[in-house]
Order: sequence, then C-alpha cells, then structure tokens
Amino acid sequence: MVVAEHDRGTLAPATLEAMTAARSVAAAIGVEVHALTIGADGDDLAADLGAHGATVVHQAHHDVLSDYGPEAWGDVVAQAVRTIEPVMIVATGTDRGNEIVANAAARLDLPFAANCVELEVDGDRLGLTRLRWGGSLLERAAMGGGVHLVTVAHHHFDVAPASVPQEPVVTDLDVSIAPALARSVVVDRIEREAGATLATSPVVVGGGRGVGSAEAFAPLEELAVALGGVVGCSRAVTNNGWRNHADQVGQTGTRIAPEVYFACGISGAIQHWVGAMASKQIIAINTDREANMVTKANYAVIGDLHEVVPAITAEIERRRA
Amino acid sequence: MRILVCVKRVPAPGARINITDDGQNVDTTHLAFTTSPHEECAVEAAAQLVEEHGGEAIVLTLGPAEAEEQLRYAVSVGAQRGVLVLQDDESDPQRTSRALTTAIGELEADGPFDLVLFGNESADSGGFQVGIRVAHALGRPVVNGAKALAIDDGSVNLERETEAGRERYVLPLPAVVGVKEGINLPRYPTMRGRLASKKADIASEAAAIDVIDGALTMELLERPPETESSTIFLGEGPDAAAAVVDVLGELGVLS
Repeated sequence: MVVAEHDRGTLAPATLEAMTAARSVAAAIGVEVHALTIGADGDDLAADLGAHGATVVHQAHHDVLSDYGPEAWGDVVAQAVRTIEPVMIVATGTDRGNEIVANAAARLDLPFAANCVELEVDGDRLGLTRLRWGGSLLERAAMGGGVHLVTVAHHHFDVAPASVPQEPVVTDLDVSIAPALARSVVVDRIEREAGATLATSPVVVGGGRGVGSAEAFAPLEELAVALGGVVGCSRAVTNNGWRNHADQVGQTGTRIAPEVYFACGISGAIQHWVGAMASKQIIAINTDREANMVTKANYAVIGDLHEVVPAITAEIERRRA
Repeated sequence: MRILVCVKRVPAPGARINITDDGQNVDTTHLAFTTSPHEECAVEAAAQLVEEHGGEAIVLTLGPAEAEEQLRYAVSVGAQRGVLVLQDDESDPQRTSRALTTAIGELEADGPFDLVLFGNESADSGGFQVGIRVAHALGRPVVNGAKALAIDDGSVNLERETEAGRERYVLPLPAVVGVKEGINLPRYPTMRGRLASKKADIASEAAAIDVIDGALTMELLERPPETESSTIFLGEGPDAAAAVVDVLGELGVLS
C-alpha cells in the first residue's frame, strides 16, 4: 500500500516514485497495489493513482485531516495497517514521507527502513538495500515484523504510468483520531518569493573554502547573474559565516540538480558531494588537480578561482557584446 | 526551562568513506569523530533558549564510552551537563529509542523536560525515526525538520521549509522537536566553555535493552558503484576561460 503524499490536494510528484517501487514489489510476489489518501482534499487523487497502478484507493476522512499533521497522518497509516494488513507500506523518502511512516512505525512498534533502493519480500522477511551517509554508502539489511514499513529513496525510482492503468475501486477507510492530534497540524504558511531557487536553478555557481571570505563571493555572484543562475556553497563556507545556510549544497543542505554546476575552490568532501552529485555537468575550478571534486567533475580548470571566475564572466560578456 | 538534547557520535569522513574488510563498519582508523550536524544545531538551539529563558540544557547520548567526547564538547558550547548511556554494539532504531526513552524517564523523576530536541536524522545511518519513536513513547507532540524555533507562553513555535516556502507549527509543551541544520550557526567553544567542559558532570550508565526480534538488522555495508572518472581538463588559469565558455555554449546554458 502506497501512502499518497499531498499538500491540500496537490499530489507530491515523489509519490509516483513509490508507486513504481510498489508495482515492482507487487508483481514479484503476485499481489495488487493499493493507495491511501489522507484527508478529503486527497479524494481527487484516485484517478491519478489508478493510472499509476493502484487497484484500490482507500480514503481517510476526519476533521483533523484537513491539513498536514505528522502525528495524525502517521496515526491514519497505523490504522490502515491494522485494518487492511497490507504486505508493505511504501512512501517516498521526502521530509513528509519519512516522517509519516516513522510516526506509523512508532504507533505499531514495527521496524521502519527509510530510503530503500531495493526491496525483496521473502515470506515474513524483507530483504532490502538502503542509503546511508546521504547515499555515499549502501546498507544491505533485513527486517521481520509482518507488515513491512519502508520509504524509497527520493529520485531513485522513475515515475512511469502503469503498463495496465487501473480504474481503482474507491473505498472509505474508517478512522478514529484523537482530537489531541490536532496539536501538530500545520497552522499557517509563509510563501516564498518567486524566482530561481538553489534546488531548481539550471546553473549553480558553488564556492568552497578556497573562496576565502564572504566578500570574495562577489565574482561568483557575477558569473551566476551572467548565466541566470544562483550561488551555492559548501558547509565549510557556512560554518565560517561567509554565507547563509540557505545557500549550502550538501547532505545537510540542499540537494541540487542543475544543468551545470561550477564547483569553485571546493575539495569535494562527502558532505558536499552527495548534495551535488545529481548535477548533469560539473565544471570544477581548483588549484589542486587531485581534489576529489576535480576527479569527479566532467570538466576542470586548474587555477586560482579568483582569477579564473572573473575571466569566464568577462569572456561571456565579450561574446555577447 | 529544562531542555534535553539527544546527540549521536559519528565519524567525520573526508572525501571518501572506506568500509572495513568484513563489511560491518565504516573504517574509522584515520577518521576523527564528531556530533551529527543537525544535532550540533540542536545543542546551539538549546543553549540559546537557556540563555533567553533561564534553566538548564542536558545532553544525552547512546554509544560507546568514547562518546563522552561529544558530550563534553556540547558542554563547551553551552549545555550544562551530559548523560552517557553505554552501548558498544550496533543498535537498531527501535532499540535505540527504547534505551533513550528509559534514560529520559530516569532524568524526568522531578517532572518532564519542557523540550526534547533531536537532529532530523543522523549523518551515518539516517534512520529518520528515533526522535519520533521517543516522542510517541513519552506521549508528546513531535514535528521534524525545524528550521526556526521559539518558545512562547507554554508552546513551541516551529517553522520548516517546503518547496513553496515555509510552514508553521505550534506544539504545546512538553514537546519533542527534530531540528535541521541551518536553524542557527553553532558557536565555537570559548576558553571558558572549554574549562567548563573539563569539569562538567557526565553521568554514565549501561543500556539494558535487549535486541528486538525482527528489527531492522544491518547485514553488510557496500560502496555504491563508482562512475568512471573522465575529467576533461580545459586548461590552466584565466587562459582557460574561452574553453569554458565554449563548453557552456555546447551545454546550451548561454542564452
């Protein structure tokens, strides 16, 4: 059973990755894929979930479910497990996905494996491979417990409609929710100003310890502007107070996936690499030919970024003039 | 205000994580250890709250005897004392949660902590669940991923980031919160902090939670397949700029 992640009725595209994973597990052991939507806002998602292979969509309705709340949503999943007894609960390992399944696991006192990339049901046992260290290591593991609670690593499974689309049976899941769980429901939101973000920008110009100071980021800003991109940085930069954490690319910062990532004066520690590795092309600028970022990049310039970066911006402007 | 921060001792890897020959551990022969990054920020958040509201911040960890290093570091950056629950073997998330819940129960003989802070997830195993399991066992509200946190009139106000901006939560105290890096910039130890950490009270006790049948059990660690390194060198110094811009043109980002 896939837990559909949505925000007031808008399906998180990541949910469809969990549908792909669930179809594959279900086909291997000969069972159907069901989906669960939480809150009345999720009622409209049934057709989309059917197109991605759900034969049954269970819908949970309750006043407390009018907006997202990790405890209430986790409680619904726990009740669905008790009532329907699926082989497996699958969500995608987003902030919410991991949080919902962890809340369900706590209530059921069952094991939970986050960010799986391989799943193999073998009777009561689930064999799995999951990400550690933000994806720098893989862990082969197993768990028992009857109903297996997992999330699949975000961006690992492709989104694809089912080869046999379903017109799902829609059914009401009878839930009982303690009013107290309203305590952790979203109370309001602050919308971000429009514009490119680190996570979505097609070009990111990243700076590391080699930049040397907050002021020395100015040429990186100019290159980013010339390419319609944004500036990012490594954790060393944030820890030195040169830039705000909002600009940090890495395991504990933002995961980026631009067309081009300039890695300027960045050695390429694990912490940074796992945030940058989804970049389509990486151009490293570094004085150290042996730096991890240089050996992992598609292109590299060996030299002082303080000279190379302004030269690139000047060359772009010269060609445009 | 009484605040508890739960932290984890983890290796501090550089550019590459190596695995021991038996595939059971990260090879830490040449590695230093640190506190998981989100938790460094949780300690800082607790220190700031105690500075603002008064009270005490205690830091708790489950781990080997060496984890005392991380507890003393937390005291050097603003916590008042530490508690170490000793457990040498690899723990699973359920067992860790039970051991922490038991330890918290003992620390709460005189009443509950106003706030129990966790990191959003640990840097190494990344289970995304211990704080939530502990909160449920304690019967307290919990939200993960906090990027802003303030205490106001018996409740804790939280913000967390979404693709569209931020969403806000208000939890009644006592509560449990999972903190994300970026909520603050952790301070460095001062000389006074270092002295305090040397003299700090670090209590220690053995964990007494049995291995749980059917729990998530690690079998083997592996490195993901490496992509072939085939870096194209575009030149040295500013003279390489033309070659870089040629590449940008080919990649279609020079509009």
